[in-house]
This record gives sequence, C-alpha cells and structure tokens, in this order.
Amino acid sequence: MLGIARRKVGLGLFRAPILQERLHRVLPAGSVLSKKYSTSAKEIQVREALNSALDEEMSADPKVFLMGEEVGEYQGAYKISKGLLEKYGPERVLDTPITEAGFAGIGVGAAYYGLRPIVEFMTFNFSMQAIDHIINSAAKSNYMSAGQISVPIVFRGPNGAAAGVGAQHSQCYAAWYAHVPGLKVLTPYSSEDARGLLKAAIRDPDPVVFLENELLYGESFPVSAEALDSSFCLPIGKAKIEREGKDVTITAFSKMVGYALQAADVLSAEGISAEVINLRSIRPLDRATINASVRKTNRLVTVEEGFPQHGVGAEICMSVVEESFEYLDAPVERIAGADVPMPYSANLERMAVPQVDDIVRAAKRACYRAVPLAAAA
Amino acid sequence: MMSAFSAAKILSPPPFVAQFAAERSLCPFLSSPSALALTRSPLRSTRLPRTPLAVSSDVVLGQKPLASSSSTSHNEDVGREAALVLYEDMVLGRVFEDMCAQMYYRGKMFGFVHLYNGQEAVSTGFIKLLEARDSVVSTYRDHVHALSKGVAARAVMAELFGKATGCCRGQGGSMHMFSSTHNLLGGFAFIGEGIPVATGAAFSSKYRHEVLKESNPNGLDVTVAFFGDGTCNNGQFFECLNMAQLWKLPIVFVVENNLWAIGMSHIRATSDPEIWKKGPAFGMPGYHVDGMDVLKVREVAMEAIARARRGDGPTLVECETYRFRGHSLADPDELRKPDEKAHYGARDPIAALKKYILEKNLATETELKAIEEKIETIVEEAVEFADSSPHPPRSQLLENVFADPRGFGIGPDGKYRCEDPKFTEGTAQV
Repeated sequence: MLGIARRKVGLGLFRAPILQERLHRVLPAGSVLSKKYSTSAKEIQVREALNSALDEEMSADPKVFLMGEEVGEYQGAYKISKGLLEKYGPERVLDTPITEAGFAGIGVGAAYYGLRPIVEFMTFNFSMQAIDHIINSAAKSNYMSAGQISVPIVFRGPNGAAAGVGAQHSQCYAAWYAHVPGLKVLTPYSSEDARGLLKAAIRDPDPVVFLENELLYGESFPVSAEALDSSFCLPIGKAKIEREGKDVTITAFSKMVGYALQAADVLSAEGISAEVINLRSIRPLDRATINASVRKTNRLVTVEEGFPQHGVGAEICMSVVEESFEYLDAPVERIAGADVPMPYSANLERMAVPQVDDIVRAAKRACYRAVPLAAAA
Repeated sequence: MMSAFSAAKILSPPPFVAQFAAERSLCPFLSSPSALALTRSPLRSTRLPRTPLAVSSDVVLGQKPLASSSSTSHNEDVGREAALVLYEDMVLGRVFEDMCAQMYYRGKMFGFVHLYNGQEAVSTGFIKLLEARDSVVSTYRDHVHALSKGVAARAVMAELFGKATGCCRGQGGSMHMFSSTHNLLGGFAFIGEGIPVATGAAFSSKYRHEVLKESNPNGLDVTVAFFGDGTCNNGQFFECLNMAQLWKLPIVFVVENNLWAIGMSHIRATSDPEIWKKGPAFGMPGYHVDGMDVLKVREVAMEAIARARRGDGPTLVECETYRFRGHSLADPDELRKPDEKAHYGARDPIAALKKYILEKNLATETELKAIEEKIETIVEEAVEFADSSPHPPRSQLLENVFADPRGFGIGPDGKYRCEDPKFTEGTAQV
C-alpha cells in the first residue's frame, strides 16, 4: 500500500502531508485501531471468535443447542464448532442427517417451546432447501399467532462467494432474507463483530439469520478486553463507522468491509477522504447512521458481493433518496457482484466479484474526480 | 419394552384400493406403444394389490394382530362417559364446519376454507386422549383439531371472521390456528410443513426431560402430527420419519388418508399407496385403521400415545377416512365419483357412534338429542360473538412482527435495546 502511495504522490508539494497522513493510518489490512483500544490488544481469528461465542452462550443457558451437518464429531465443516461436542455432549451438539428442510423445521418446533436452537447450514446455499421453514414457520409465526408463539432461533453459516466453488456454492443471500419481515439478518465482519453479534443473536427472542463468510474465518482481528468478556454483546440494528471521512460514504458488509477499507486507503492517497460504514445488520438496516453519514459527505457508494438487481445497495440507495435527497451531490454509485452465476475459472471469478479497484473507481465517479491528484485533505 | 399391539398387518388390500384402482388406469403412458409391454410385465399391473406383505422391524414382530378394518368388534367396550365425550366432540366438529360453509356463502368468511366433515373420528379419536401439556400440529384443515384440543368455538369462529377477538387476533386465519395455552402449534398452509415442526416439538419434549431434567412422573409430553395422503410423498415427511425414529422422539404421525389431494387421487400419485408400510421402512410401527370408526381409531391412538409417552419412540398411523365436502369451499369437487361418496357417506362416523351408543344402551335418544341441541346453541352463539366482535384496529397491522417490539434485540442488561435512550446515539462503540 505504501508502494501505491509513493507512485501516485508524484509531485513534491503534496508529498509530505500525504505521507504523514498515511503514517498515521498504517494499519493491518481491514481493521481499525483507534486510540480507544489498548495497545496490547489481542488478535483472534473470526473462527475463534465464533467458537468462543457459541461456547459461552451454551454454557450460560442450557436451553441453547447446536444442530447441523458435521457440527459434532467432525468439529464443524469449517471448524467453527470445534470442541463443543466434547464439552456439551451429543444431546446439545447434534450431528444431523442431510435433511435441511427437516432439521430446520425441527429447530423451529423446538424454538416454539422456548428452547434456543442454533441451526447451522454448511453454506447458506443449502438453506434454500429449508427456506420454507426459515420464512414460513420461523419468520411468520409470531405474527400469525398474534404474539403467542415466538421463535428464538438462529440460522447461521457461511454466505457468499468462497474461492473457486462454482455457481451453486457462491450465492449471497443477504437480500433474500432481508426482504422478509419477521427475520433479523446480521452480517459480521471482524472478530469483534462475530462475537458480539452472535451472542446478541442467540439471546434474541426472534429468528435471526446470521450470515458469516468462509474467507473471513481465517482472518485475525484485534479485540479489546471488553469484547472478550463473556457478557459482551453488540446491538442488533446498529452499523459501525469503521473509518471516518468527509468526502464520500462507502457502505459495505461482511468481506466487502475489508475491501472498502483498502479502497479508502487508496482514495486517501489521492486526497479523497472516505467514510466506511460496516453495516453489521442488514435487517433492521441502520438507516439513521447511513443517512447521517450521507448528509455529512453528500456522496454514497454502496458495496456488496451479491447480485445487483434488488440487492442491499438498492435498498440503501432508496433509503437515502427518501430521507436525504437534497443532500446528495452526485448519483448514488452501486458496486455489486456481476449479474451472472458465479463462474468457476479463477480469472472469471475475480471479475465477477467486486475488487478494491472497482470501489475506488466508483468513489471517484461519485466525487467527479477523474485525475488522482487533489488538494490535501 | 414391547407393546402388546400388532404393528404392520397382513390383510387383504383395503377395500378402497381394490375397488377404485381397477377403474382407472394407473400408468399415465398407457396410450404409448410401449405401454403394452409395461402392463404385461409381471412387475407392473394395472390392478393394484397383491396382498401386502408385512415388512416389519424387529420391534414389532411376534405380536397379536389388531382388529382389522373389516372387523366390527373392538377390543374393549367404551364406557358411557367416554362415549358421550366422543359423541359431543364429533358433533361439535360437524356442526361447526357446516356453519362455516353457511357463513362462507354469506360472505362472512373469506379466502381459503378447508372443511373437515367426515373425518371427525380421527381428530376426536386421537385428541381426546391427550393431556393439556401434549401438542397437536395440523395442516390447513385445522378447525376441528383446534376445537378438539380445547380452543373455544367462539375464538375459532371469530378468527375465521377475521376479528380481533379471534384466537390469533385475526392475524392467522383459517389455515393458521395457533394457541399456546392449548398447545396447538398450527395451522400450516404448506404441505408437509407441520411435520418437521411437530418433530421439533417432540424433540423439545425429550430435551427438556433429558437435558434440562424437567421430568414428569407420568411420562414425556407427546406431540401428534396430522397430515394427509398427499403429504406422504413429500421429502420432509421421510426426513422426519428418519429423525424421529433415530432420536426416539415422543411423536405420533397420523395420516388422514382421505384418498384425494384436491383432485389428485392418492392411487394416481403414489407408487405404493399403502402408507402404513412406510413406518416399518424407517424402523417404527406402522398401523392402518378404519378412520371412520372413532372407537377403532381411539384404540390405536391409545397404544401409540402410550408408546411415545414411555419414550419408546414414534409411530405411524394411517387412518382411512374421507371428506364429505370438497378440498375447500372453492373446490367444485367434480372428480370424485358419486358411488365413492355414497360408500363413505354410509359410514358417517357420527351415525356409527350414535348407533353404537344406542345399541349398548349407554345413553338414550333424548340425551343424544340434548347434546346435539347444546352444540347447536354453542355454535350459534359463536357466530353471534364473532359477528359482533370488532375488526382489528389499524394499529394492529404492524404489531407482533417480532417478539422484541422494535426488532433491535435485547441488550446485555436483559432489557429491550429500543428502550435504552442511549441506543440511538450515533455509532456503536465497543
């Protein structure tokens, strides 16, 4: 990244202040260390964060149990539930047969009676086999029964594209589930998000769809001591401003937050200060934070990995048009995955998913800047 | 512990199969040239059965056979009290459904309404044996299951009228009857949807007993799942038979085989129409019972429920029954033959029980008449109540989407986040 800065910052006059700014912002890829964190912050992988959240919630409440394919003896298809079978036994960590519709429905029936199931889908693509239960019996039951029967269930698993897994294993379901009233849809990015949001989801009395990302499982992020505490929990429905800025707002969720932060680095080298919002919660969407940010910066770029039509970005754009139209100085830019089923070949796959360059170009279009050089921030 | 009860039965093909199967061709491709070869093949016959073989698991071998559908005797006689309870419940179901039809044609009820006339023996036979703590999961044909389980007739009627005093405040409707006090878990419109939910309720019963150690000296809470013949071809049914037996869940799967899925005859839709055989394929007992006879249904039900309560696992019970009306009030019901309807009309479960009661001198004609009049009054009163109840207010539209009122979840202090004044402050900080 410093290499890019050196290349782009050509002319002497601007070199010092920009480099100075860059030194203040030397960060590991995809995370923010503000002065509020202690300097000896521990780093944990997202996988560990999820595992610890599951462990703590299962130990705190005996009604919580985990159910899914390979969650027990295999230690989890992606090792998220490692060690839980040993600790809690086969009655609370259930290896199921390959019957998504069946076990999602069983989870809902158990939740009707106040148990707190966590149903794991090996990937959210398989949730399509169970979608009748997620939507018709989980999401709608509280409404259909007029509040008599609530469904405190969590459906979790990896969502979105992985690497080279082909069309049927790469779809993003955020827009699908966020469309339905009665569901809460969460998309963690960092380890702190993973821990806090999963704990909130398990404690929540309503059905929560928890969309993780396979490629983030192995990434490490710093976490504060507060985040490691067993009662730590993040609010559902609140976004996080990962990086403050004043020229353009970039909204993203899940893996795209990392890309947006990298794009923000590239942009700041060119004098564009981007504000990156980590949505964290797709339903309910934190319209207040997004609109406040757009009112400050007057420009918006929405980033998502899923298909563009009827996606999350479309909803964010409409929310801004409805509430902050006069504040917009440029049309809203939408970055999404290509409108094709995910190809297999590596170079095609790279083209089908947003990359950092795409976000940078979109931000520049929103700022009407064709030339990289700009006045210092 | 073995049950003193026979499982799969070796019997001659149930009458409906032999009689009606011969009349229609089973193979949709009979007009094609290769069809002849198909029909001549020993493996395929246009005439359906062939004596069914009992393929049972070890659990059920070596037990004495149950009274078959063709026998007229029962193992035990039913006492007066029990018989009157059964009679009253079935009459309530019938009168209520007839009133629903009237109200529908008068425009008070709308949408999809599926009536249960003719199948009362199944609902009454099973549900009257359950305790309050046991649960019932049903399909869209759920009015009578709700009534048998104890939901007040006026609450069901008001729900059908879409009024705020209905059991689900008018938000569920005909196909979505829920009552947490009576442990009635719906009311599902999708075929097969209730089966996994019922399996989950049974799972929670076992979990509470074994993991949370909340045991009841009288045994586990039992779940009874009702569904139709069409559902038995759906994947979710098989998935749940497997898991229920695998984990020995306290559930009874009750098939209300009324031979028709809207206009699709069960024989035309199913490779092997004998549904009870699917139980032993998964290792649980499978029974076939005459669903037009409430006493026979009750006998089988007693055993199946006791089995579940003991912790011995699930049972599949196929009840051969019939619906006197169409699939729903919008169904013109043109495909069913009049002689089939007459055949089952002659076996009306209420008339049969009435005959039994009078023959065994368990009650007089006058007493039965009094019960019928009492039910008529209850149903009429239910209609009046529903009619005079208010429609849901506008503010009710957005209520009950989440148990958590604003959808923002519960904070670490256990209170709703939306009540925390600091919640709406800017960015979430760690």
